[in-house]
Amino acid sequence: MILKHDIVIVGAGLAGLRAAVECAGKTDIAIVSKVLPTRSHSGAAQGGITAPLGNEEEDRWEWYFFDTVKGGDYLGDQDAIEVLVRDAARAVYELEHMGVPFSRTPEGKIAQRNFGGHTRDYGKKPVKRACYAADHTGRVVLDTLYDQCLRHEVKFYPEHYVLSLVFEEGRCVGLIVYDLASGKLHLLQAKAVLLATGGCGKLYRTTSNSNATTGEMFNLAYQQGIPLEDIEFVQFHPTGLYPLGILVSEAARGEGGILRNRLGERFMERYAPTVKDLAARDVVSRAILTEIREGRGIGGKDYVHLDLTHFGEEKISKKLWEIASFVRNYLGIDPVYEPIPVQPTCHYIMGGIPTDLNGRVLADEEGSVVPGLYAAGECACVSVHGANRLGCNSLLDLLVFGRRSGLAMVEKVKQVGHPSVPSNSLRAVEEKIHQLLSHKGHEKIGPIRKRMQAVMMEYGSAFRNEEGLRKGIEEIRSLRDRYRNIELLNKGEVFNFELMEAIELGHQIDLSEVILFSALHRKESRGAHYREDFPTRSDQDFLKHTLVFQSAEGPDVRYKPVRIVRFQPEARVY
Amino acid sequence: MLIKLKIFRYDPQKDKEPYYQKFEVEADPMERLLDCLNRIRWEQDPSLSFRWSCGHGVCGSDGMRINGICGLPCQKLVRDFEEEVLIEPLPVFKVIKDLIVDLTPFFERYHSIKPYLMTKTHPPDQERIQLPEQHLQFEEAIRCILCACCTASCPINQNKETEKYVGPAALVRAFRYLFDSRDNASEERMALLDQKNGAWGCQTLGKCTEVCPKEIPVTKQIGRIKKRIYDANKT
Repeated sequence: MILKHDIVIVGAGLAGLRAAVECAGKTDIAIVSKVLPTRSHSGAAQGGITAPLGNEEEDRWEWYFFDTVKGGDYLGDQDAIEVLVRDAARAVYELEHMGVPFSRTPEGKIAQRNFGGHTRDYGKKPVKRACYAADHTGRVVLDTLYDQCLRHEVKFYPEHYVLSLVFEEGRCVGLIVYDLASGKLHLLQAKAVLLATGGCGKLYRTTSNSNATTGEMFNLAYQQGIPLEDIEFVQFHPTGLYPLGILVSEAARGEGGILRNRLGERFMERYAPTVKDLAARDVVSRAILTEIREGRGIGGKDYVHLDLTHFGEEKISKKLWEIASFVRNYLGIDPVYEPIPVQPTCHYIMGGIPTDLNGRVLADEEGSVVPGLYAAGECACVSVHGANRLGCNSLLDLLVFGRRSGLAMVEKVKQVGHPSVPSNSLRAVEEKIHQLLSHKGHEKIGPIRKRMQAVMMEYGSAFRNEEGLRKGIEEIRSLRDRYRNIELLNKGEVFNFELMEAIELGHQIDLSEVILFSALHRKESRGAHYREDFPTRSDQDFLKHTLVFQSAEGPDVRYKPVRIVRFQPEARVY
Repeated sequence: MLIKLKIFRYDPQKDKEPYYQKFEVEADPMERLLDCLNRIRWEQDPSLSFRWSCGHGVCGSDGMRINGICGLPCQKLVRDFEEEVLIEPLPVFKVIKDLIVDLTPFFERYHSIKPYLMTKTHPPDQERIQLPEQHLQFEEAIRCILCACCTASCPINQNKETEKYVGPAALVRAFRYLFDSRDNASEERMALLDQKNGAWGCQTLGKCTEVCPKEIPVTKQIGRIKKRIYDANKT
């Protein structure tokens, strides 16, 4: 079936929904999501959303600007960061007006808490900048934006999985989706397509990310000749619940939680003397892993303790109810009385599909625009997070750039007509699905995926080096050979998740290679990308964005400059 | 340890009638029941279909009936089961395949209660003021993850004659906006809820509260909606 809308948004997390709210009522829009409404991974965000409101203590956008630049280890584009931080207060007030149930100060204003890397007066001490709703901020914002979409009667295509982007003469004209409930393919034709599909945490064995966070959209864009920017920068959140990897929000440390090693030492004092446990995530994750490597993990194992036992029951149940419930439920431990076992967990990818300040996808280092195609949120790289994202900056990114993309698309679709769509596009994808279902082989997806996740943990996580990265690339390439030999046992058309996961795995293998390849070429350490063989930052050689392009010979690396408008790079000490 | 599961199966393309299939899975006692279901899917039978996503009780995808009680397998640990575990789809809703049900009516009813803030005043430049005690009025309700376990467990929703009852999940969200001090549409909301299939559909049977994976006092909240309607009608 061919269906037509002015704007099609892929992804129903915060970026997609915020864009939809902007477009609703002004033009004909639809949202495609691989999951049902409100199941998107934005809902798992816990700690908050940053804005320098100054509700709890003095704060200024200039301080926030500096913190975000420094948090990203000077790789973020400062014009984009300025847009982000100056729009923050408006974005949060707007959410409040839509009905988001923020926690409150005694005077009834939006409550704010400390978060890693957010400081007053350019790094002097932590500042309360994260606006929160207890420890389920993402979920309540997701619910509120979904509710707004219902109010505006936005059309949803739930449980529709994108198989390809459709291009005609260099312009994105729509996409092909697979309806999971029926097994049917549809062509969704659009004047503008927004990619708001989130991250790719499921490339790694230990991750806070949900099952849907497989990252195929990065590869679908890459296959169309669109580069991936700074894709080597993968964030490991310091405190994943051991061993599941479930997120334990930085809010726990923002509220005063302390990390301790086997000896009971508050080890962050050694790594970040000024802000200690509230340093940027990459710094804290490396500190934890260093403690573990040097034999100071708890009981010699690969985790440390997050100590909240000085909080008392009331504070925990009031501010960290959900997190406490995870700890009690999955570990049988009560965080009121016992410290929580934590280890770094793959959480976020700073890099992605390059865009300008209005979400328009960029095709090259010259800034040429890909007509018809927009991206926002984690799948995009605008780049506000640089080499490492600060906590609570992602929700703000989704809202600010989701909205800006929405505004830009509404303007654009007024000016253009519906383009023609290549007639064979559905047929080609149908053929591919048929081939995948009828292919004979001796491999299954489960073991290949498991190996891929192990390879990425081993060679592509918080510590990297040339030998490992080369080994990793080689292994991923051999997994691709194995993947060519898979055979699917489920031939059904109704909710065939084996088929969906097989398609995802193909994309995951390609994306893994690109990440490792990109990491191999960045011969320095910056933010979340740490090279044991190049342990310092090299502004002379690498103060630039990586762009990886697909070529016939494999990935091809090019670069583009960082836009620095205010803060020159300095040593990054917390 | 070895865990035995008996799972409801139905494939509309193959089966005239649903049936039950037994599986055995090796699992660590601290693993989730969800891990066992995935192991079956990945290692034994890739045709088994169920929804899941976050895996820790936040997204609300994997509502199903476990030993007769609606819940989330991502919240259940293997160590808490001794005998064979019976896994079935949520009742009330139409089964599409295996453990997947059609939640369209669930979201339609949710939509019907106008689940959004309605205000009559122009918003201020900053936030609307809401005191902590005003926020506390509805704080438990915002934990709802729309997993549908409550509605699927409600005997009123299960009864064919009264199945049009809007159901506890929609009422929790109605409560959330009705008791939000920022909302100015209580008359409109109460008119929607003051119906046989609205708040009065609830007969205080409490199944919703028993099963809620987020420990929301659902029955109590529906009771407060009824009281508010009653008081408004009295005056």
